[in-house]
Parts: sequence; structure tokens; C-alpha cells
Amino acid sequence: MVDGLVMRYGDKVAVDGLSLDVAPHTITAVLGPNGAGKTTTLETCEGYRRPQGGTVRVLGLDPVRDRRALLPRIGVMLQSGGAWSGVRAVEMLRHVSRLHAHPLDVSMLVERLGLGDCGGTPYRRLSGGQQQRLGLAMALVGRPELVFVDEPTAGLDPAVRRAVWELLEEIRSDGVTVVLTTHYMDEAERLADRVHIVDRGQLVASGSPLELTRGGTVATIRLVVTEPFPPGAPPSLAATLGEGTEVAQLDALSLQITGPADPSTLGKVSRWCEEFGVVPESLTLGQRNLEDVFLDLTRREQLAPPA
Amino acid sequence: MSTFTPAPGAAPITRQVLAQASMEARLMLRNGEQLLLAVVIPVIVLVGGVQGAERVDLSYGVDTFVPGVLALAVMSTSFTALAIATGFERRYGVIKRLGTSPLSRTSLLAGKVLALLVVQLLQAMVISGVGLALGWEPDVAVLGVALAVALGTVAFASLGLMVAGALRAEATLAAANLIYLLLMAGGAVVLPASAYGSFGDVVTYLPSGALGEAMRAALIDAAIAWRHLVVLLVWGTGAALVTARTFKWE
Repeated sequence: MVDGLVMRYGDKVAVDGLSLDVAPHTITAVLGPNGAGKTTTLETCEGYRRPQGGTVRVLGLDPVRDRRALLPRIGVMLQSGGAWSGVRAVEMLRHVSRLHAHPLDVSMLVERLGLGDCGGTPYRRLSGGQQQRLGLAMALVGRPELVFVDEPTAGLDPAVRRAVWELLEEIRSDGVTVVLTTHYMDEAERLADRVHIVDRGQLVASGSPLELTRGGTVATIRLVVTEPFPPGAPPSLAATLGEGTEVAQLDALSLQITGPADPSTLGKVSRWCEEFGVVPESLTLGQRNLEDVFLDLTRREQLAPPA
Repeated sequence: MSTFTPAPGAAPITRQVLAQASMEARLMLRNGEQLLLAVVIPVIVLVGGVQGAERVDLSYGVDTFVPGVLALAVMSTSFTALAIATGFERRYGVIKRLGTSPLSRTSLLAGKVLALLVVQLLQAMVISGVGLALGWEPDVAVLGVALAVALGTVAFASLGLMVAGALRAEATLAAANLIYLLLMAGGAVVLPASAYGSFGDVVTYLPSGALGEAMRAALIDAAIAWRHLVVLLVWGTGAALVTARTFKWE
């Protein structure tokens, strides 16, 4: 869908040879730190920007050349704004629905997104979360085949967030393809069939959340004990586990072990507890979550002090 | 068929344009400042002008003022109100949002022009009503009025979009109001060009003067002022060409 995309602003390269694709009827998440080029990539797919290098095809169409044919088939949720300041919420949604041939029932959408209470409120007086939900409603109302949603749940309270997730899952099962950008790992992990992690305009990893988190042989083990560790506990444990293992003390009662893991690792840890005279309260072998993967992949030089 | 099963498609273009026009007209009429500009100021100018002219015994009466104020109303809506509204539409991402809807840019513009004409019709009804109450007795060339309003709308709307498409929203607000005030005072809209002495010939080449003169010709002498209409056409074409090149949608 996106192949070798290059986008520059002045001499700053925003997207640097990015290639990624999206399977129909799935939810694809594009993850990346701020400034990674997510929004630029999305806006190129939406036809706002002309690719400076590479090609972009959306539903088989060129977003710039075939714009008029493409636009009715896609729904777009912008990160912010997109409505007149004096327009009432439901009035705005109804207006967008009138531009489409077979729109969804506006009152159904209003109810599903909990916009009933603020339907008559001017846009400028809606809360951030209400504006977000209205933006999502505007993206869906035209019954698109493909929706682009830019950070759909930023600033939503947990209950509404869950409702938005359920809605996105429902539209996927009804046959809509969803491309979303997000900062929230739990959102990508829960929703996405496929995750593309983007950093500095390049694709750094792709796969299902499971593939990404299973990746590698590195395990994270967390050990919590009943009494504070005696001094010298971390180096002693690290020596027991051998080469390549890092042991970090999280607080007085817990340690985190990161390193190559094999079937004997947990046994070694519990034997060490016995020998060292600490009583384990819990010992958990942690799956890396998407956040760990994301941070590993995107951290690199970001933490290094500026030269 | 499930609730969200895709069924994409654009509405027929006429329906899109009508939806856009009615939306924009409603927003314009809902906005207090816009109403001040559209109705209150022209009516004050009309009543004040007629009363004042009687007091100082000017040769202009209500028959001169009504066409001028009608021209002023066209200018206030097509230029100032449109420029300000469009400036803030860019700021708030409305144009960007509509840019990914099935509404094409041509339909968006058509919707805007239609909304302007609706608002101007309402303005004309109010102003004419006040004029008739003040004893206005027009001698009407319907085609002349129609051409003057149409070409005036195009010329001023193109100029308004030119300002809104190039400047930031706040700068647009300031510039549109300033230009409006300058043209109202010195642009031969309300008062005939002949009132400006030797400067009078020059001001008829301004869009304001051309519109004012064309309206006065059509409503005082039932005449069609071709020369002034051509001036409006030239302004409209020129500004539209510049706007098409310079307008930034975001």
C-alpha cells in the first residue's frame, strides 16, 4: 500500500523510504514516537500530500490522481479540529452525512458514541473527548470501506475508550478496514491485527502484537520477596544466572531480571532464594509487552545526551 | 447486512451543494458579529444617511441611498463576512476536514456562493423594507440589478477568498474589516461617484464604485450600466485567477 515513501519538509526528512501494507478487513496500528512520520504518512494516504518519492496506493487508487474516486470510499478522523466553532455537534454530523450516498443513521451513531447529551452544544464548547468522538463519528458516517483514525482515544476516559474500542472492533467485523495511529500500547495490543512500528520515518518492526512481543529469547522475571533484600543481592543473583543477565533492584522488596532465559532459569532463581535466605512472595516470568518492544526499538539515541 | 457494512458513495452533487449552502447560510445568520455587519450597519447607514442628508440639505435622498446601501450589503457579505468565515474555517481545519469528504472544491465554492446569495436576499428584503418605509420610489431594471448583484458577488467573493487564503485568521479579520471601512467611506458604494469631485472617475474603477454605480443606474434610472459591469467582471476574473493560484486550503 505504501512503498518507499519519502517526504521532506525543507531539508528535514519526515518519512524516509517507508514501506508498509494493510490487509483488508483488519485493524492495523501504526505506532511511533512523536515526529516519527505517522501523521505525514497517513495524510499522504488521504491525498493531502503528494509523495516526494515512492508510491502510495489506497484501495488500488492513487490518492492524488484518483482523489475524487477515492474520497467517498474512505473515512478520515483528524487529530483535532475539523468543525466550525459555532456548529452544533449533531448538526455537523448530519451535514457530513448529507454529502454521502448511503450514510449511517445519524441518531444511531450519536447514541453509540454517547454524543446525545451534547448534541445541541456548539463545537467550541464540547470537551476534548466529545470532539474526538464527533471526529470519529464523522469518519464513519459515510459507510467507508477504509477508515484512517489518528489517535482515536487520546484524552478519553476509560469507559468511553472501551466503547470506542468495541466500536472499532465491530466495524472491522462488519468488513471495514481500519488504520489507526496511536501512542497507547495497550490500545495497539488489544485492537490491532497487525502493528507497524515507525521511527524517524522508517519502519523498524512489523507483525502481530503476539509476534512482536514473543520476539527474541529475552525474558523478564520479576521477583518479589517478603523481607527487604540484604545488601549485595543483585550481583549475587546475576552471578548465579550467568553471562548476559541483568539484575536491577526495583525497590526494597523486588528485583527485575532481564536476560536469556531457558527452562532452568526459574529453578535457578528459586534455589538462589533458598541459599541467600530470602522468602519469595511472587516470582513471575513476564512476557515482554508491546511497550517494552516499542521502547527497545525506538529508544536508542533518544536517551543519549545531545552531543 | 450489518450496521457498518461498507456502502460508500458520494451524494448527488446538487444535494452536496445545497447541504453546504444551507449549512453556511445558517452559520452566517447565527453569528452575531456577522449579522451586525450584514444587516445592522447597512440599516444604520441607510437611516442615518437619509436623515442626515435632509438635515444638511444634501441633494441625495432616499432614492440614492437605498441602491448604495444594497451595494454595501453585497460588499459586506461577499467580501468581509466571507473572508472572515473562510479564514477561521482554515484555522479550525474545517476546509481540511471537508477536503476528505466527497465534497469537491468546486462544490464547496458553489455552496459558499449560494449561501451568500441567500443571505444577500434576506439583507435586500430588510433594506428595501426600511427604504420603502422611508419613502423610496425605485425605477427598476431587473436585469441590471441581477447582473450587478451577481458580478459584484463574484468580484468581492474572489477578493475575500484571496485575503482569507493568504493571511492568518486574525490578520484576515483585521484586513477584511479595514478594507470594508475604507471602501465604505471612500469607495463610492453608498454615495455616488459624482460626490467625490475630480476623484470620482477613478473610484468607479474600484469594485466598490463600480457596484455602487451599477446598482444606482439599475434602481434610479432603470438602466444597465455596462461599463461598470465590465469593471466588476474584470475584478472578479483577476481576483479569481490570483486566488486559484495562492489559496492555501490548510
